[in-house]
Amino acid sequence: MVNLIIDGKNVTAQKDTMVLEAARSAGVNIPTLCAHEAISRSGSCRLCVVEVKKGNRTRIVTSCLYPVEEGLIVDTRSERVQNVRRLVLELLLARCPKSEVLQKLAADLGVDPHPRFVPDTDKGKCILCRSCVRVCEEVVGVSAIGMSSRGSHKTVGPPFKEASSVCIGCGACVYVCPTGHIVMQSTGDKRKIWRRTFKMQACEKCGKYFAPVDQLKFISKKTGTPYKELAVCTECR
Amino acid sequence: MTNVSEIRKKTKLIVKKYSGDKSALIAVLQDIQEAFNYLPKDALATAAKALGIPVSRVYEVATFYTAFSLKPRGEHVVKICMGTACHVRGAAAIQDKMERTLCIKPGETTPDRKFSLETVNCVGACALGPVVVINTEYHGQMTMAKVDKIIGKLKEGGAQS
Ligand code: SF4
Ligand code: FES
Ligand code: FES
Repeated sequence: MVNLIIDGKNVTAQKDTMVLEAARSAGVNIPTLCAHEAISRSGSCRLCVVEVKKGNRTRIVTSCLYPVEEGLIVDTRSERVQNVRRLVLELLLARCPKSEVLQKLAADLGVDPHPRFVPDTDKGKCILCRSCVRVCEEVVGVSAIGMSSRGSHKTVGPPFKEASSVCIGCGACVYVCPTGHIVMQSTGDKRKIWRRTFKMQACEKCGKYFAPVDQLKFISKKTGTPYKELAVCTECR
Repeated sequence: MTNVSEIRKKTKLIVKKYSGDKSALIAVLQDIQEAFNYLPKDALATAAKALGIPVSRVYEVATFYTAFSLKPRGEHVVKICMGTACHVRGAAAIQDKMERTLCIKPGETTPDRKFSLETVNCVGACALGPVVVINTEYHGQMTMAKVDKIIGKLKEGGAQS
């Protein structure tokens, strides 16, 4: 066990936990976007910054990637932290002015769009955190999507900007995306995502369309469960 | 144009050269580009499979480096250096002249597939600025007249000098 101080509170945390988790367990809320329990950490949104003090050195770190240390003093809302966080949010907001999540965060933290940053119009709601790419690789295991290009041209999506042949239409990327960039439309027996249209499986018992056929085939192949058994929705199982 | 089965065959040979080692991805891509003058889609898919890397990851690397092109390029790739040193020595004027001489803009290829034009940022030969690199050959202290001369020669199909 490691003892540290977060916002003046004495906190005990397990070795190897991150400052973010230690703070949360102590009831201290730190805003985050890209830290998601389903995937490995990337530290890409920079919203979770805090100030840590070791000896007489203080510095700004991302709490989602900073492991707890004995005697560490953490300040999650010092002026310095708030300035950095404000700047991060202003930049994110300038990139994705249409993201409701960012708008709400900005409102909560009292941040206004900064006139110095001209809003982008072509980035959608994507903050390039790579969470969707990670979940597709780490959890689903198909790596259907990735980044392309770099700098201001960087975008996320299937390779060659075409429908991916390995995508199973599971929607895990939609689930982890913190800003709601990825569009998935499920209507009747069809689901559209990432330029592809998937056929949906109707539950053999209740008749409700509940998952793409390709996803069930994938699970069947992976787990060896006969497809027939999977063709029943979770509620009827 | 090389056909699909030939692209696949050549790509497999390239991957074999690196014994299918994942970490050789960039070297593999360089060799593919060397073989076809660009990175054909089929080559990327074949390389991905042979190396055991998802196509999406290969595509990330292929689009990250400006040295790689996913579009067929001309026989001669003309790169104009836009780095700081070349810039202050008049790279913009050289670019303008080059665009007019070849009738294409950076990122484009002439309809006869002879020339492609690209701009790059510093090729490490600042003392020779403004620099133009054609294929692998460096041309330093470029002038309008030199553009005409060099491109004229290449148009005639003569070797570079
Ligand atoms: S689409 Fe969403 S999850 Fe994917 S990189 Fe963009 S913001 Fe992150
Ligand atoms: S939550 Fe820590 S950097 Fe995004
Ligand atoms: S700036 Fe052109 S070679 Fe360095």
